[in-house]
Amino acid sequence: MSDATAKIPATIAPPRPAASDRLKFYGIWIAAALALLVLPKLFSSGGSLTTFSLIGISIIFSLSYNILLGQTGMLSFGHAVYYGLGGFLAIHAINIIARNKFAIPLPLVPLVGGAAGLVFAMLLGWVSTRRSGTAFAMISLGVAELVASSALILRTFFGGEAGVSANRTKVLRLFDWSFGPQIQIYYLVAAWTLIAVIAMYALTRTPLGRMCNAVRDNPERVQFVGYDPHIIRYIAFCFSGLFAGIAGALAAINFEIANSAYLGAVQSGTVLFATYIGGVGFFIGPIVGAIFVTLLSLGLSDLTQVWQLYFGLIFIAVVMFAPGGITGLLMMHRPLLKAGTLGQVLPSYLVAFIPTLAMITGLMLGIETIVHFTVNPGEDSHIKAFGIPFDAANPAIWVVAAVLLIGGFMIARRTWARVAASWDDALTTAREKGVAA
Amino acid sequence: MLELIVISTLNGVLYGMLLFLMASGLTVIFSMLGVLNFAHASFYMLGAFFGFQISRWFGFWPALILAPLLAGALGAAVERYGLRHVHKNGHVAELLFTFGLAFAIEEIVQIIWGKSPVDFRVPPLLDFPAFTLFSTNYPAFKIFMLVVSIVIFIGLLVVLKRTRIGLIVQAALTHPHMVGHLGHNVGRIFMLVFGVGTALAAVAGVIAGPALVTQSNMAGLLGPILFVVVVVGGLGSLPGAFIASLLIGLVQTFAVSMNGSLAGAFGPLSPDYAATWLSDIWNVTVAQIAPIMPYLLLVLILIFRPMGLLGTRDT
Repeated sequence: MSDATAKIPATIAPPRPAASDRLKFYGIWIAAALALLVLPKLFSSGGSLTTFSLIGISIIFSLSYNILLGQTGMLSFGHAVYYGLGGFLAIHAINIIARNKFAIPLPLVPLVGGAAGLVFAMLLGWVSTRRSGTAFAMISLGVAELVASSALILRTFFGGEAGVSANRTKVLRLFDWSFGPQIQIYYLVAAWTLIAVIAMYALTRTPLGRMCNAVRDNPERVQFVGYDPHIIRYIAFCFSGLFAGIAGALAAINFEIANSAYLGAVQSGTVLFATYIGGVGFFIGPIVGAIFVTLLSLGLSDLTQVWQLYFGLIFIAVVMFAPGGITGLLMMHRPLLKAGTLGQVLPSYLVAFIPTLAMITGLMLGIETIVHFTVNPGEDSHIKAFGIPFDAANPAIWVVAAVLLIGGFMIARRTWARVAASWDDALTTAREKGVAA
Repeated sequence: MLELIVISTLNGVLYGMLLFLMASGLTVIFSMLGVLNFAHASFYMLGAFFGFQISRWFGFWPALILAPLLAGALGAAVERYGLRHVHKNGHVAELLFTFGLAFAIEEIVQIIWGKSPVDFRVPPLLDFPAFTLFSTNYPAFKIFMLVVSIVIFIGLLVVLKRTRIGLIVQAALTHPHMVGHLGHNVGRIFMLVFGVGTALAAVAGVIAGPALVTQSNMAGLLGPILFVVVVVGGLGSLPGAFIASLLIGLVQTFAVSMNGSLAGAFGPLSPDYAATWLSDIWNVTVAQIAPIMPYLLLVLILIFRPMGLLGTRDT
């Protein structure tokens, strides 16, 4: 009896990780920090630095959103509220600091944004996290509309349509960094991204992080264990608001302006797209999604006028065919890779790829042709979409688009059925070899 | 004053009935399929634009019939080929699917009809003042809108209460699984309900299009208010949706016609803080905050009655 009680503490505490595991764990973060340091040396143009800064901001914002959606199972349509309020408070903070010559350097301003996000999440979160699921989604939308519309009424604070601007170089300088050039802003964003990512990763490893997952999976059972799901959702919501506020403040510093678009539905939709396309099931998912969506929105807008339509279609496709997002798709292949059966599926992928590509090409050709006739009807019919020139007035285009679309669809359906079959075979083999799926 | 009250009540009831045309479909779809159709307001918009296009080709009256049929068929197709596949991934995926759909529909409408409002006019047959009330001409088209929405409301009531399909729908509102167990073709009922629900939203679009502005952002403007209606009424409750529709319709219409502000009411006091950044709150008129009234109502309801006015279900 006394033997058994003496043993319990030893079995409860997890074993200390081996030195090699610890090295692997910390190695990832050190490698990430080094990569962030080296990145501007490899791509030093102003445009790529701006892109990196935007990606960093988007990563923090998406990860903060995933605290809600991925980890606590709360679908929010109004996360931009905390991002935007963080941005506005940061802009006002910069102006106040500059006017009164406070001894606060610019790198600390995101803390103001984070505090703003936290305070407003504490205020608004208590009511909205009372319910979960669909009701929470609708409530978050209503609260977001409330704040976004109020922003246009409270003109003194939010600056109406034009927004509020600030000059980031006017605050106290440290080590002679003016934060005028984009490279300095990049390092500021990179440092904050690293800090925020580490903090949010650490959060998932705390007991609170685990309880969030429990609330997502089975709130009723959480109640039986003795926790209040409402409180846990509320705390998760507050943390999420904190990091969203930091992201908003960084965005405000980057653009030196905060306007009502920061708070709006488009911003909330974008973070939802980024997080979900990246994948909500894994911590790295929103990071992948933020990079993908930022690059896509910058890249597509150069290539086509209706990039937002493609964006929406990609999102619908992900929801329908890859609910795990990009990382979910990649992680599916891990057991196959471990068992060495990945080679069995790759040929069927290649076969399925060709008709799918034909179908997508047909769809894009159709869309671009329609766009030519409806959006710019008077212009020259020799248009260029995705860098490929073609004559939209040529009736053959319609035939080609239809054949590619319908033919591609018919063949793609068959080939994807074959992919599924060979996938099943490969997974069965992997399971026989003892690799857990 | 009396004039203001009568006219605002008429307009408020009209707006509320329009909201209910949409909210009823949304509520029935939610109760049966368990998914809140984020794209519901998009079908309202599609109804308005289809109505505009068809009334250009064939006139308003064919449009009133054809546009909802077209939008309803589209809705049924969305359920059959989209939602049904997403269903296995859970409610969040379904909600996200309709969210993506709403986004895509808005983009497509912008591509086809452009971003600026289209010229969707009241049919000449109804383009006259119906009656004059205290010096205000009340347009006949608004009376027509009111009549159409009331007729549909009564029709819906009769179908739900008096027919077999209505019985099944009613049963599915409270016991969706049991209905499936009883051997009804749940898939087909779902498709039908989704089609009818979106067609009702499209009817609202066709009759509201000429009176309000037909523009590609109309779904984005109305959608959130629609969700406020169903949450305030109680998710899945048809009577609740009816009360909430009328309530929000009346509140918003009355707020628009009021000019009072805190400064107007307590002007002589003029406290010091009225001159600081709080001056916005001090000087804003009731009419200016009319757009945020529904959301304020939502927050109040959530604080005092989280289930909604007549709601019983929690999910």
